[in-house]
Amino acid sequence: MERKPFAITLNPASSLANHTGNWRTMRPIYVDHLPPCNQGCPAGENIQGWLYEAEEGKYEQAWRKIMEENPFPAIHGRVCYHPCETACNRGQLDEPVSIHAVERFLGDYAIEQGWQVEAGVETGKRVLVVGAGPSGLSAAYHLARLGHAVTIIEAGPKPGGMMRFGIPQYRLPRNVLDAEIARIVAMGVSIHLNQKVDNLETTIQEGEFDAVFLAIGAHLSKRVDIPGRDAGRMIDVLGFLKGMDGRAVPKIGRRVVVYGGGDTAIDAARTAKRLGAEETILIYRRDRGHMPAHDFEVEEALEEGVLTRWLQTIRQVDNTTLTVEEMTLDEQGRPQPTGRIETLEADTVILAVGQEVDTGFLEDVPGLDISSDGVIQVDASMMTGRAGVFAGGDMVPAERTVTVATGHGKKAARHIDAYLRGSEYRKPSPNTVAAYDRLNTWYYTDADKNRQPYLDLARRRASFEEVVGGLDTDTALLEARRCLSCGNCFECDTCYGVCPDNAIIKLGPGQRYEVNYDYCKGCGVCAEECPCGAIDMVKEVR
Amino acid sequence: MPYQRVKFYQTGTFTVGNRLLDESNRTVQAGMDRTNSLNSGHRACQGCGEALGARYALDAVMRATHQQMVAVNATGCLEVFSSPYPESAWQIPWLHSLFGNAPAVASGVAAALRAKGRKDVRVIAQGGDGATVDIGFGCLSGMFERNDDVLYVCYDNEAYMNTGVQRSGSTPPRAWTNTTQAVGVDPGNPMGIGKNLPRIAMAHGIPYVATASVADLHDLEAKVTKAMNFRGARYIHIHVPCPLGWKSDPAHTIKVARLAVESGLFPLIEAEGGEVTDRTPIRKQVPVEQYLELQGRFKHLFHPRDERALEAIQAIADANIHRYQLLPVKA
Repeated sequence: MERKPFAITLNPASSLANHTGNWRTMRPIYVDHLPPCNQGCPAGENIQGWLYEAEEGKYEQAWRKIMEENPFPAIHGRVCYHPCETACNRGQLDEPVSIHAVERFLGDYAIEQGWQVEAGVETGKRVLVVGAGPSGLSAAYHLARLGHAVTIIEAGPKPGGMMRFGIPQYRLPRNVLDAEIARIVAMGVSIHLNQKVDNLETTIQEGEFDAVFLAIGAHLSKRVDIPGRDAGRMIDVLGFLKGMDGRAVPKIGRRVVVYGGGDTAIDAARTAKRLGAEETILIYRRDRGHMPAHDFEVEEALEEGVLTRWLQTIRQVDNTTLTVEEMTLDEQGRPQPTGRIETLEADTVILAVGQEVDTGFLEDVPGLDISSDGVIQVDASMMTGRAGVFAGGDMVPAERTVTVATGHGKKAARHIDAYLRGSEYRKPSPNTVAAYDRLNTWYYTDADKNRQPYLDLARRRASFEEVVGGLDTDTALLEARRCLSCGNCFECDTCYGVCPDNAIIKLGPGQRYEVNYDYCKGCGVCAEECPCGAIDMVKEVR
Repeated sequence: MPYQRVKFYQTGTFTVGNRLLDESNRTVQAGMDRTNSLNSGHRACQGCGEALGARYALDAVMRATHQQMVAVNATGCLEVFSSPYPESAWQIPWLHSLFGNAPAVASGVAAALRAKGRKDVRVIAQGGDGATVDIGFGCLSGMFERNDDVLYVCYDNEAYMNTGVQRSGSTPPRAWTNTTQAVGVDPGNPMGIGKNLPRIAMAHGIPYVATASVADLHDLEAKVTKAMNFRGARYIHIHVPCPLGWKSDPAHTIKVARLAVESGLFPLIEAEGGEVTDRTPIRKQVPVEQYLELQGRFKHLFHPRDERALEAIQAIADANIHRYQLLPVKA
C-alpha cells in the first residue's frame, strides 16, 4: 500500500472510484418540448426560439429566426390576433407575454436597419402565384428562398391584398406594409399589377410555369336580401374599405349603419367614424358574446364612440330610414325573430356580412373541386385536384385571417418545392406540448406586462393615425425576458446546481448540459426543479 | 460581497445561474470552476439534502476564503457517507474526530493556526442536528462562549438518520421516527419539546447567526459569504430534507425544503450580536399541510385527519411569521 503523508488517511476525491450510477432505476434526459405559443401559431413561428435571442438583445438573430417562417413580422405584430398569447403559459401565472408587441418591435427595427433576406441558389424552376395577398406573397417569399423564380399576377392596383384593402391604416400603416413587400420584391420576385388571369391553363402554358399557387382571396362581398327603395344607400363593405386606399374616398352620410358582426364590420364602423360620420351604429343579429369579431376590437370601437344594436336584423331600407326587427337567441345561440319592429334614421348602410371567392377564371381547369360557396378543396399538401396547382389563403377552407393565410403560403411553398424536386415534403413530427404543469414557476420573478401606448381618443376619432404604439429597445427587451422558455432549456444552471452528486456536466455557454451517468443516482431532483420542464425521467434499461 | 437580489431579470431570477447576468453576479454553484468540495461517488442516498447543503456551503466558503479553508466534521451521515475507508469524497482539507467534539477540535485548529500566524486560513466545523443540538452541544456552547474564530454549520435533517432515524432535539412535533412511533393519543414526536438552536446561538451574543435552506441557494450563499466577513464564533443552521428519514420522494428534496420556508415553519433569518437584523420574506405563503403531506413521517396526521395536530403545527408557522415578520410588505 502506498505511504501517505503524516495524518493523511484517505486521498482526496478517491470516491470517484465508486460509480454510484449503478444505483439508478430512472434516468434523467434532456428534451425539447413544444412551447404552447409555437403550437398555437398559424404561421408556424418558433416564438420561444426568437424570444430567446431577443432576451439577450440579439435582435437581428431574433428577426432572422422569425423570417425563417414568416416574412411579415412588422405586419403580424400589428394585425395578427395572436393565438400564441392565448396559449401562453405565463397567462396562468400573471399575464401572457406580449409576443405581438415584441414581434412588431423586431419587424420595425429590421425596417429601420434595412435588414434583407437573400434568395436561394437558382433552381431554374418557374412558379406562378396568382394573387399578391398575404398567402401569395408568403409563398413567393419562401419559394424565392428555395431558389425558384416566382412571378405574381395581381388583379389589384397595389400588392398586399386584404392587408391593404381590408385592414384600415390606423391598424396597419401603409409604409410598414410597403416596406415588408418591397423586401420580397428585392429578392427577385416580380409582381404584375392590374392583371387578371382569365384562363389559368393558357397562362401556365404561355408562361412555361412548372407549378402554380392560387391565392386570390375572398373579395366578393356576400349579398343579403333586403328590400330597399333606395339601393344607392347600401354599399358593400369591401368596396367601402378598398375605396379608402387610393382612388376615391367613399361618400357617406351623417348617420351610418354597419350591418354585420365580424372584424371587417368593426373596421368599417371605425373607418366611418374617422371619415366624419356623426353617428355610427353597428347592427348585429346576435349579442356581443356571439360576435365573430375579436373582443378587443369591439372594445376599441366602443371607446371611439361607435354605437351598437345587438340582437337586431335589418328588414327594410328606405330613403332615410330603416326598419329593424328585434331578435332573440334560442338555446343553440341562433337568432330568432320576435316580430317587434323599430324604425331608425340612416343615410348610409354598409353591408358587412361575409365574403366569397371569385372562381370564374378556374372554370376550364380540369380536376378542380370547387364547393358551392366558391371555396376550393385541397389535399394535405395544399394541392388541388389538378397536379402542380396548389391553393391557399381565404379561397380554401380555413379560418380567414392574415396569419392563417401566411402560414398557408409557407406550407404550400414547401410542398411546391418538394413537387418540383420530385420528392415529398414531410413535416417533422412535433414534440409533446410543454404544458403549464411541467413548469416550476417558483424560479421566475413576477413581472407585469409592458403596455403598448395608445393614441389619445380625440385623435383616434378624427384621424387615420396608428392607434396602438410600439415598444422601444428597453421595453421590448424586458418583455422578451418575461418568456418562461417552456419546455426548452434556457441555460439557467439549476440542474447543474441542484444535483447532490455533481452528476450534471456544464458544457459552457450555448452548449447546455450533459448527465454524467457514472455517478447519477437517478434521484430526479434536476427534473423536478428544472424551471422550464426540459428534463424528463425515463425508465433505466440495462 | 454585498448581497442584492436581482429583480431586473424575469427569466430565471431565482435560478442557480442566469445567462443574462454578469459571471460575477451568478451563484458559486453556477460556476464551471466551483470547488465541488464534496465530489461524486459519495454514498449518500438518492436526493440527499445534506450532501447538497454541504457542497453549497463549503464551495461558497472556498470562494470567500480564496481556497484557504479547513473543515472539521462531527460524526454523522455526512461523515459516514463521504469517507468509507479507503475512499473519500472530499476535495478540501477535512478532518474527523468524534461525534460530540467537533466544535472543540475546530477551536483547537483555530488556535493552532493563530499560533502559526496563519490568519488567511479559516476554520469550518460542521455536523448534523444530532451532533450539534444534542451530543456536541456542550462543546459548541463553549466555542460560542470563548468566541473562537470558527464558523459552525449545522445541517439539520431533524433526526439521527445515519443510525436508523431516531429522534433528536431538532425533530419537529408530531413527526414519526423510530423512537417516536405514530401510536397512541398523540402519535409521533411530542408537542412542545425540542430545541431551537439558532435562538440558543443568538443568546450567546456571538457575532453572526443565520438560518438557510437548500431551497434558496442565493440566500444561502449570501449568508455563508457574509459570515466569512466576521472574526469570532459564527453559526449557520441549514435545513436539509432527508428522503429516507422523512419518507419523502427523493425528487422532492428541494420542493419539501421550499415548502418549509414558504409555510413559515423554517424562517430564514440573520442576527448579529444576538439581535435579529434581517429576514427573507416568504414569496408565496402556503398552509403547513402542503409541506407535511409530502412526507411519510407525517402520514398519520392525514389518515384520518388530525385537525388538532394540523392546527397546532399551523400555529407554530404563524408564530414564526409574526415573530420575524415573514410576509412581504404589500406595495
